[in-house]
Amino acid sequence: MIDRRTFCKNTLLIAGGLALPLSALELFDPKRLLAEKDQKGARWVFLVDTRKCVGCGFCVKGCKVENEVPYDANVTRTWVERYLVTSDSKTHIDSPKGARDGFPRKEVEIGHGKLEEVRDEDLEKAFFVPKLCNQCDNPPCVQVCPVGATYQTEDGVVLVDRSWCIGCGYCIMGCPYGVRFFHPVYHVADKCNFCYHRISKGMQTACVDSCAFGARRIGNLRDPEDPVTKVIMTERVNVLKEEYGTKPQVFYLGLSKEVK
Amino acid sequence: MVHGEAWTLKEFFTYPNEYIYWTIQIVMYPFMTGLVAGAFVLSSLYHVFGVKQLKGIARFSLVFSFALLPVAMLPLMLHLQQPLRGIEVMLTPHFTSAIAAFGIVFTTYGMIVASELWFVYRKHFVETALALKAKERRGAGEQFACLLFSALTMGAYDVSHEALEADERAVKKLAAAGIPVACFLHGYAGFIFGSVKANALWMTPLMPVIFICSAVVSGIALCILTYIVTMEIRKALAARRPELPSKEELKSAESQVVVMTSRYLLMFMVAAITLELLDLVFRGYTAVKSWDILRSVIYERDFVNIFVVQYGLGNLVPLVLFLVPGLTIRRAILGTALVLLGVFMMRWNVVIGGQAFSSSFSGFMHYTLPIWPDSMETFKEGLGGALLVAVVPFCLFWILNKVMPVFKETH
Repeated sequence: MIDRRTFCKNTLLIAGGLALPLSALELFDPKRLLAEKDQKGARWVFLVDTRKCVGCGFCVKGCKVENEVPYDANVTRTWVERYLVTSDSKTHIDSPKGARDGFPRKEVEIGHGKLEEVRDEDLEKAFFVPKLCNQCDNPPCVQVCPVGATYQTEDGVVLVDRSWCIGCGYCIMGCPYGVRFFHPVYHVADKCNFCYHRISKGMQTACVDSCAFGARRIGNLRDPEDPVTKVIMTERVNVLKEEYGTKPQVFYLGLSKEVK
Repeated sequence: MVHGEAWTLKEFFTYPNEYIYWTIQIVMYPFMTGLVAGAFVLSSLYHVFGVKQLKGIARFSLVFSFALLPVAMLPLMLHLQQPLRGIEVMLTPHFTSAIAAFGIVFTTYGMIVASELWFVYRKHFVETALALKAKERRGAGEQFACLLFSALTMGAYDVSHEALEADERAVKKLAAAGIPVACFLHGYAGFIFGSVKANALWMTPLMPVIFICSAVVSGIALCILTYIVTMEIRKALAARRPELPSKEELKSAESQVVVMTSRYLLMFMVAAITLELLDLVFRGYTAVKSWDILRSVIYERDFVNIFVVQYGLGNLVPLVLFLVPGLTIRRAILGTALVLLGVFMMRWNVVIGGQAFSSSFSGFMHYTLPIWPDSMETFKEGLGGALLVAVVPFCLFWILNKVMPVFKETH
């Protein structure tokens, strides 16, 4: 019978012997090959010019139709917020139905079906801010997904695998921007994906196409000639909720301090 | 209708996609998990630390912890939008997610408790199996019991003095290994919340520790309460069934166990309350950006839930009840019931309170608990679903008690 000392010795010998030829093997890494070919892909970013947005809501409509988010459901992949700042430095914000139909009423919605009137003479400033998924470089939703159904592509877009999502809602809780929701038909987490099916074919996103005022633009940050990249590199742009460390990739021109 | 719309009321500015997504089931989840961990820690006080006075309740709480175990998973399954895919958390875990640890920790803990129970009850399994086998004619029920107990022995029929001593040593080791796992099981439930940086109320590294302390409190309280109820039933049965100890014996055993256990309950309660208050004071003192909205939720909107029900009824009153000398059974029943209410409200205030304000810090959301369900969704995430989760462990305990009688002398 083999004694313990011999057993340990033999095991170590065999393991060591096996490890040597194994270390000679190199694992195939597709990412490294891609880097060697020096073909850098895109890094999709978004540019929102709040000075140009008029709150018509065409982008919200266009997005809902394009991405099959039920038209009447009270969730949306993109929305527009209205900010009214009065002389007593109070900020009144609303986004009725995500501004799907624009802002049909002058009064501000304050919930429970109630409206609040803001008089014209009290107004200091008023503006609209479109919102969408920030496609963060450090996305908390990807971090917290227990099954990896939310993932980030090489070109920076965060996607949701509808066939894999278990619907726990952790990603919805983890997003500081509140862009995620449960899709009323598929019952899985859903959000803006920069119209990935369109941009990967060289088209614009549905909201960019619907915007008649050029308030929304999409670009490739890795292309120095891209007009959006040029604006981001040369002008004073801002991002939302930087303090969360998510490194958002939706840049805003003319962002005001009242924006939440 | 969109998920969450049925029970969410919005006020002022909230983002369009914001609803109360984590409802009563996510309140039940840390509550039930806490009970599991707490019950196990109580049983380990005897098995590991040799607190002899807790012998009477140690086995009871171990079996109860096992009965509670599957129920820790039930609320999670009930709240998933795709419950059939729930198993994916175990099969394809994504390790940056706190929930992904659930499968591993839960299974490890389950195996530890199951093995510990096996060593505790092995003698009972062997004796019952042998007694049933010795019978010449067995009915269908006895035939089933014979098969079940034979299988439970797993072929280990040795009940000699040495073998039983080896069993006890194994129990001690398993109980010792179980304590960190039980704490981890609940600590990580706290971590699930504490790590959500998008939520100003949850985001604190104290969350796992607060959860562990209140878990032990709730587990001990439930064990005392259930122990009293079971003993009362036994007292009522004592007159009719001669094999049970006499009513007086039961009474003295009961009060002794209750008094001893409540001392440990008090100890953990003080730790839990201190941590919770520390968290509150710290938030107010540092008053970061989110403090404005948190203050309006804590001191205005949820004032009754937090200060009256949770701290007042759930902590202060039971503290007084247990501290006044000469603890009676009735006082213990009232005290433990209030402690359970307090811990439940703490879970409620964390889970629902954390969603009571918008990420925009400019609006509020209110959760109206669906009482009469009009769809499967409002049943699952309403009162019905919560009651279902609350009742199941007692049914399981009743069944487990048939196989592993908690009051029978085994060693």
